[in-house]
Amino acid sequence: MAAAAIELKNITKTFGSVVANKNVSLSVYGGEILSLLGENGSGKTTLMNMISGIYYPDEGQIFIGGEEVVIRSPKDAFDYKIGMIHQHFKLIDVFSAAENIVLGLKEKGRYDVKKVTARVAEISEKYGFELDPGKKIYEMSVSEKQTVEIIKVLYRGADILILDEPTAVLTPQETQKLFAILRRMRDDGKAIIIITHKLHEVLSLSDRVAVLRKGEYIGTVNTAETNESELTEMMVGKKISLNITRSEPKDPQDRLEVKDLDCVNREGVKVLDHVSFTARSGEILGIAGIAGSGQRELLEAIAGLQHIENGSLLYHNPKTGSTDELRGKTPLQIRELGVRLSFVPEDRLGMGLVGNMDIVDNMMLRSYRKGKSIFLERKAPKNLADTIIEQLEVVTPSAETPVRKLSGGNVQKVLVGREIAAAPTVLMAAYPVRGLDINSSYAIYNLLNSQKENGVAVIFVGEDLDVLIELCDRIMVIGSGKITGIVEGRNADKSEIGLMMTKTQGGNADENN
Amino acid sequence: MKTTEKHLHEPLFHITRRTDISAAKAWMIRLLAILAALIVCALVIVTITDYNPLQVYVKMFEGSFSSERKIMMLLQNIAMLLCISLAVTPAFKMRFWNLGAEGQVLVGGLASAACMFYAGDSMPSPLLILVMLVTSILSGVIWGLIPAFFKSFWGTNESLFTLMMNYVAMQLVAFCIMVWVPSGSNVMGIINQNSQSGWLPELFGQKYLINILIVAVLTVVMFVYLKYSKQGYEIAVVGESENTARYVGINVKKVIMRTMVISGGICGLAGFLLVSGTNHTVSKELAGGMGFTAIMVSWLAKFNPLMMVLTSFLIVFLQRGASEIATAFRLNESVSDILTGIIIFFIIGCEFFINYKINKKSKKKEAVA
Repeated sequence: MAAAAIELKNITKTFGSVVANKNVSLSVYGGEILSLLGENGSGKTTLMNMISGIYYPDEGQIFIGGEEVVIRSPKDAFDYKIGMIHQHFKLIDVFSAAENIVLGLKEKGRYDVKKVTARVAEISEKYGFELDPGKKIYEMSVSEKQTVEIIKVLYRGADILILDEPTAVLTPQETQKLFAILRRMRDDGKAIIIITHKLHEVLSLSDRVAVLRKGEYIGTVNTAETNESELTEMMVGKKISLNITRSEPKDPQDRLEVKDLDCVNREGVKVLDHVSFTARSGEILGIAGIAGSGQRELLEAIAGLQHIENGSLLYHNPKTGSTDELRGKTPLQIRELGVRLSFVPEDRLGMGLVGNMDIVDNMMLRSYRKGKSIFLERKAPKNLADTIIEQLEVVTPSAETPVRKLSGGNVQKVLVGREIAAAPTVLMAAYPVRGLDINSSYAIYNLLNSQKENGVAVIFVGEDLDVLIELCDRIMVIGSGKITGIVEGRNADKSEIGLMMTKTQGGNADENN
Repeated sequence: MKTTEKHLHEPLFHITRRTDISAAKAWMIRLLAILAALIVCALVIVTITDYNPLQVYVKMFEGSFSSERKIMMLLQNIAMLLCISLAVTPAFKMRFWNLGAEGQVLVGGLASAACMFYAGDSMPSPLLILVMLVTSILSGVIWGLIPAFFKSFWGTNESLFTLMMNYVAMQLVAFCIMVWVPSGSNVMGIINQNSQSGWLPELFGQKYLINILIVAVLTVVMFVYLKYSKQGYEIAVVGESENTARYVGINVKKVIMRTMVISGGICGLAGFLLVSGTNHTVSKELAGGMGFTAIMVSWLAKFNPLMMVLTSFLIVFLQRGASEIATAFRLNESVSDILTGIIIFFIIGCEFFINYKINKKSKKKEAVA
């Protein structure tokens, strides 16, 4: 067999104390499509960024066509004919497709529109793209922008193409078109690496599948010899015991009822599709799913921050016994109804807290309106800040320190502390332990548990399946904006959840292959 | 081999962001900057004229402090600049770049002048002054609210919008003067010269004292408003992060519009003070660029109204001193502009050294190499 188009040997990359890639080895041959599969944070994108020159590996070797190479910058990568199509497009909106394609190329002579257009037309013809080179980027659909990105790397003569979750933004029809193009490129002898979460796409498109889990390389299998459940097990691994305490729910009652919720994002894509579930008091409801499957939109919709197309949000008030509709209400109106809804958002310093304000002023965010006076009352927030610093062991010089100067774990304690101090009946927390060390993580689990024991309906969005399985009473799985299943936490099976996470109905337009 | 090569390419210094700097040290840097600016100015003076720089600086000082009249003029100028700076500050704190103070002052002044012109004979002066005050503030509010409204509902760019509103205001003033002054000279004379109707009265024999007192009170009110009121807190939250504001249930649209009502209203008040208390007439140059200078005053003081007293003093002192030396030494006006420019350049430039630290290549490393 000829030398691999690109081969990685024992690549390791760390960021501070976090190991993003550990001893990863894999190879791709010309005329082949390799799928790179793995959960969020398994190190797929980091690995690909090292091939495309954005990061530099700490250890390990990269071979291209059998020869060892050093890739220090994206320019080096281009010189080795490697082209990466990022998940977030890197295009200039006010430029035309052709201008974006030649941008950064150091060709001699002037920018010759005719020549560029002819080359683009030639490439389009060869692989079956449809693109108007004169069209401006801001006038384009997401799929067209992606086409520009792909042609951009082909124009530079790339033989090795890396696509980071190319189908995440596409409709089923567009996905099918893209796959046809990728197959044509493969037949043309190009080596293609595609990063994806969607198992059915992996199975229908690729020749081989490489799996990463928590930064480690698990193995490579031939697509023809594998199936969904084997891949899922490789991806999520065996269950690991974490010893998180979990008490039995006491007297659970329906607290928040979500019925047939639909949401549409700014691009008009459906991000929540007929979502229905009930959160009960005294219970932790976990939400599992690939990042960006609609978790954020769901929590924001409940909090009154997201426009809801259809469906309803019913809150059963334990004090009055009445049932209120929360849909169409602002966060303030929800609070005025007597709904004590606390929300720990994913973006702590961009949404939950104000980084430049001190702890005291951040404590006031929720409560500053109290009282009729036009002036602020800083005494109660100061006391609350002192209490939280003491009880949650927040490491800070003083309560007057801007929160942006605190470490991630301490920022999170301040935020969770404030949200819990509001004595909520519903507590929503999105990725509350992301970026936190073990001790801080357990501190947060304990806080959530004590809230549950106080009869709060806790909704916990997490990414680590082991944590979800040990902490939650029930786990709801969300995939592409749809609820794909709800399982009991106590007898949940990790690979079953993994399978539900990657399952997407209606996306199987490519089955004829 | 490899290590020496690495050191060859190591830059001579690298710049890092300061996380903390004591107030004393920050003021030391500012003081040094002013000193450096004076030295550079001295060099410029010696090169282009033959005067002794020290003599020039003394004259500069005299421009502000040599007589009671000059001191009052200084205070009056400070008060007006400070007033407009106070107006733009809440908007800037909200990260709403109100570049339209010039126009908002102008329409305020125009409203005052219109009242004086049309109703000067038909109302007693105190009533007229009250009417002028209200219409001026209202005009400023309207001028500030229009861009805020468009920003809130359609996301238009407030910098461009407010900037363009300035030109509309200027043309409006030009038009009114054309109508009011039949001679076609396009210069509005003193309005109600004889009756002094609509003129702010003298206080203790001082012409501008009312202006100064009003702005002094306003400074304290603005300080308290921004720091201790709930609305001030909302402005800060919206300025820091609109997402957080939405998350805690602040109505961002409402806060933007309310704040611009305040901002435009104070500009309108400044226009009233300029027409009724200072100039008793109106022209396109009523605000005289103070709408833009105010932005610098506000930024230099880090949006703290009490600090703005100092920064506006500094700017006005420099401007007055510069024009004094221009007349005293019969220099071209541009020379004084150059001097002011140099000093302001240093003052703004020193903020870089307050925010960033320059680390020189350490000796230790050199020793290793």
